[in-house]
Parts: sequence; structure tokens; C-alpha cells
Amino acid sequence: MRQYFGRKLLIYGLTFFVAVTVNWMIPRFMPGDPVASMVARARVSDPAAVAAMQQYYSNLFGFDSPLISQYFNFWGALFSGNFGISIWAYPLPVADVILDAVPYTLGLMIPSILLSWFVGNWAGALAARRKLLDNTVLPIGYVLTAMPYMWIAILLCWGFGVVFQVLPVAGGYSFAMQPNLSWEFVGSLLQHWLLPFTSLFLVALGGWAIGMRNMIIYELEADYSNYLAALGAPHRLIRRYAFRNAVLPQITGLALQLGVLVAGALVTEIVFSYPGLGSLILKAIQNQDFFLLQGTFLFIVLGVLIANFVIDIVYVIVDPRTRAGMTGATT
Amino acid sequence: MTLSVQDLRVYYRTLRGEVKALDGVSFDVADGEILGLAGESGCGKTTLGKALIRMDGRMKHVSGRVELDGENLPIGDTVKMNPFRFTEVSIIPQYSMSAMNPTRKIGRMVRELLDSRGVTVDLAELHRRLDLVELSRDVLTKYPLELSGGMKQRMVMVISTLLNPSLLIADEITSALDVSTQKAVVTTLKGFRELGFVKSMIFITHDISLTNQLADTIMVMYAGKLAEKAPADSIVNRAKHPYTQLLISSLPEVGVRYADKKLTGIPGNPPSLLNPPVGCRFQDRCPLAFDKCREEPPAVEVEKDHFVACWKA
Repeated sequence: MRQYFGRKLLIYGLTFFVAVTVNWMIPRFMPGDPVASMVARARVSDPAAVAAMQQYYSNLFGFDSPLISQYFNFWGALFSGNFGISIWAYPLPVADVILDAVPYTLGLMIPSILLSWFVGNWAGALAARRKLLDNTVLPIGYVLTAMPYMWIAILLCWGFGVVFQVLPVAGGYSFAMQPNLSWEFVGSLLQHWLLPFTSLFLVALGGWAIGMRNMIIYELEADYSNYLAALGAPHRLIRRYAFRNAVLPQITGLALQLGVLVAGALVTEIVFSYPGLGSLILKAIQNQDFFLLQGTFLFIVLGVLIANFVIDIVYVIVDPRTRAGMTGATT
Repeated sequence: MTLSVQDLRVYYRTLRGEVKALDGVSFDVADGEILGLAGESGCGKTTLGKALIRMDGRMKHVSGRVELDGENLPIGDTVKMNPFRFTEVSIIPQYSMSAMNPTRKIGRMVRELLDSRGVTVDLAELHRRLDLVELSRDVLTKYPLELSGGMKQRMVMVISTLLNPSLLIADEITSALDVSTQKAVVTTLKGFRELGFVKSMIFITHDISLTNQLADTIMVMYAGKLAEKAPADSIVNRAKHPYTQLLISSLPEVGVRYADKKLTGIPGNPPSLLNPPVGCRFQDRCPLAFDKCREEPPAVEVEKDHFVACWKA
């Protein structure tokens, strides 16, 4: 057991190291000079002033030291929680910008992924045993899962925001409000949250339901199900076993979904102008904001790794086959 | 009389029509008798085994009666059949290696299975039977995946016979085993009968020489019909049906070199059971076939307990 987790941790550590390195390399080696563009934005024509500004900014962002020391400084800053200063939101530190956006993204993605997983598995398992349900759940599932996120998002915007005019279509809370701890503000948050949540929930729901239905049917045809049925075991027991075994691949799927969670809502957030990480990534790219981009990517990498590690642990608990793989058969 | 099967017909529903996999088979199995059921692939032996305990969705009970201990078995009705399963009729399936739920500890699975049938586990008896098949008691705290193939096989044998069924169907259980393990399985099955765990048994196999070691009576099937049924030693030494004779003569013998004399099988293939030929189903491959074979031969008792379905017998 300890060896298993030791190996896993080593792999995750290595992945983290490589990801951070690549993350550091990409903005530095990609074409375009952020300092030049910042100077250009200032519209200064005096060459001496331009040179002075360039020197100031280069020094500020650390571009004047050699690459190798920039790299080590980057790691050093990372461990002290310093991600640099955002170029787009200058002079706010990147960490603050990201931390402001994170609650919106997590608040949107975690409920939509988990709820769609639970509801989808439940609907799929039900569909697998009733012909009538199967004939309705399956086509609906296919339609839902085939819908592009932004398309259903736009449809919802149009339907609830424009035609019925019951729900707001942009922002994380009402533009007329300042964030504060009042029922009014929480209500506004929920109102703005509902549509992006629904769009993510619906699209993911179809995939889970179809996957679960197919897995259950496969498990009900498996040898152990047939054996139990031949020994007269009631359907209830057979279905319970089938469900438990069918849910295992779904857990892996959930792990993958949770991994991309942080970035997953990018398009949806843009459609609803939702102030999460997705919108942040877009802004960072548009403004050539290295530090912000690096920061968000780092956050995503961490998210993927942590989610995968959690699922590794969950899997060991629910599937004895992984446990036996650690020790080998004893006889 | 433990089991009595009268003119049993079970067809498979397919898109191209009904496949007559079991087409009018009658036989009896006495108390304490082990019936070996032999024949090549597709002769209906597995269909017969399944029909006696649980038909799958494609199978249809067309006609015929099955009686077990004087009681009619509702084999065509999967719900009414349920009370008989496990307690009266039980099966050791072809797929012992994958017959147990991979994500449940074996002991827990057995307990849940028995609970679901309203039986409480007699742990002492279960342990006694594990000892009997030389399985250590802690297999109950293991997952199926931690057992070797042979251990899984023995575990399934114990589970299937736990409620002392009248009739045990052993369906090709030795196919995946090496010869020494086959021998052990056969010995165990004999032991089960001696100890009264099962009253009688149908041992389905394509291996007629193995059947001979275990069975009291051997029934040979061909293309969904009974070809010959007789005491084991009569089948092996004094077979009457040309199919049985060819089947036995195509077995290799120990100590004989087949360098100069090639081992021959039976030329030709069994007929399609979608539209089987009229008359004897073996006629196209039979070296003795003559005009009369266009009519269907009845199974006739030529000697005591020796039934043959052939005009030449």
C-alpha cells in the first residue's frame, strides 16, 4: 500500500515539475514582447523615456536577469506563493486576480459535474432495466451529449433571458451591486449562477446516462450475473452487483471531468460573461499577460493532479482489484 | 426416479427462424445416477443443461415435460422456476473462472446469495465442504481474483451444491482444465454424490473418455436428438449407433503411434438446425445410411437400458 502511494506520489511530483517547467517556458519562448506592448500602450515617443520605461518594466518582471536564474527565481517565487504581477490588471498580483475568479468557477463546475454524475448514473441505471425508459432516456441522452456547450448556453440565454426575461444573462451578480454578505446579494449570485449551471449540467448529464446504461447492460450479461440468476437469486441482488461494478468506469470518467474542471467552463463563462477562470484565461491571452496565464495554467495543473490523486484513493477503496494488484495474489 | 424428461423441445429464436437445438429428447435419470452427456459442439447438450435450470432470453420451450422427484418443473416459466433453482436443480457453469462477482469477497457473496434465497448460512457445513475440496477457510475472506483457476472452480462447485440439490448439472466444467485437475474434479464430483450433497447429476462434456471415468450412464446426442443412451461400459465397448462408434474410434489411444495410421475424425459437418433434414439427422455423414434413413428412427431399447435411435441397430 505504502509502496503504491509512494510510486503514485513520485509520478505526480514528476508531472508537476514538468508541467511547471513547460508552463514557464511557453510564454517566454512564444513570439511577442509584453514589455514592448506595455510601453506602446503608454504612447510615449521620446526614445530616452521609452528606454527608461523598458528598463523599468524588464526589471520589474525580472526579464533582465539570465534565463536560468529567471527559471530558478520562478520556482523560488512559486513556493513563496508569489506568482508575479498581472500585466492586464496591473498592478494587482496574479494570485489575487486568480483567487477572485476561483470561487465562481468552482461554484459553477463542482455542482454541475457532481450533480450530472449522480443524476446521469441514476437515470442510466433505471433505463437499463425498463424498455419504455430506455426508449426515452437514450435518445434524449444522445441529443444532450451531442449539444455543444456554447450552443445550449446561447439557447438558454435567449429563452430565459430574452424571450421570458426571467433570468439575467451576464455577470456573476447584478451590476448594480457591490459584493457584500446580504441575502439580496446571495440571491443575485444564485440568479446569475442558474443558467450557466443548467447548460453545463444538461450537456454532461446525457453522457453519463448513456455510459451508465451501456455498462449496466454489459454487467447484467456478465457471467457472474448469469450464475446468480441460475441459482435463483432475485433481480434485486443481481442489479445491485451490476450497478456497483458498472459504476467503476464511471468513477474514472468523473476523475477526468474533475481534472479539467477548472478550465472546463471556459466557453460557457464567456457566453454568460461569468467572472471565473475561463474568462480570465481569455483576457490573459488577449493582453499577452504571461503571469496571469502562467498562474491560471498552474492552477489548472494543480487541479488535475489533485483530482487524479483523490480518485486514485477512491478507486483503491471501491475496487478490490486495484488493491490486489498492489500485493499480488497470495496463493 | 429423480429426473424424467419427456419429448423435450427447446428452440432458439433467431432472425432467420427457429433453430431446433433440442428436438424431442426423452430420458430418465435415476436416484444416485450420474448421466454423462456427450456429443460435438452444437448437438444441443448445453441447451439441454440450460433448459433444465434457466433458459436465456432467446430460448423457447416448445413442448415436452420435465419432472423432478415426481414434481413438474415449470422450465418455460422463469419466475415459477425460481423456487426450484439452487434448492432442487443446481448448475456448475462452463465459466467457473468468472462466475463470482469480482468486487465482493467470496464469503460475503455466498452470504448475500443465501440470504436472498431466505436461507441462513451454516458456517460449519460450509467449512466442512471447503475442507473436503481442500480449500483453505480464508478463501471466504478473499476476492475471486486472488484465487487460482482451479481454486475458483472448486469454490463454485461448493457454492452450487451448498443446498443439496436433487439434480446437479455440470456443464463442460473440465474443458479449461489440465488432465490432472480434470481427474481431481471428477473425483470430487463422485465424492459429492457419495456424501449425498447431490442426488443425481448430468455431466455435460465433449470428452467421451472423461465421461467414462465418472458416469454410470452415457447419453450421446447428435443434432438436437438422442442418438444412443446406455450404461457407460456398453457405450464404450458395444456401441450400436454408427455415430457413437465413429466418435469412439476417433479417440486417440495411449501407446499407439499415429505416424503411419492417421487419426481420422468423422467426415462432414452436423446439419443446420434451422432446417434440419427429414429422417435421421446423421444420414449425410453415416457410412451405413440407406433408404430407410429418410424416416426418423425412434429410440428403441435394444437391450436392457440401452436405447439406440438407428434403423441398423
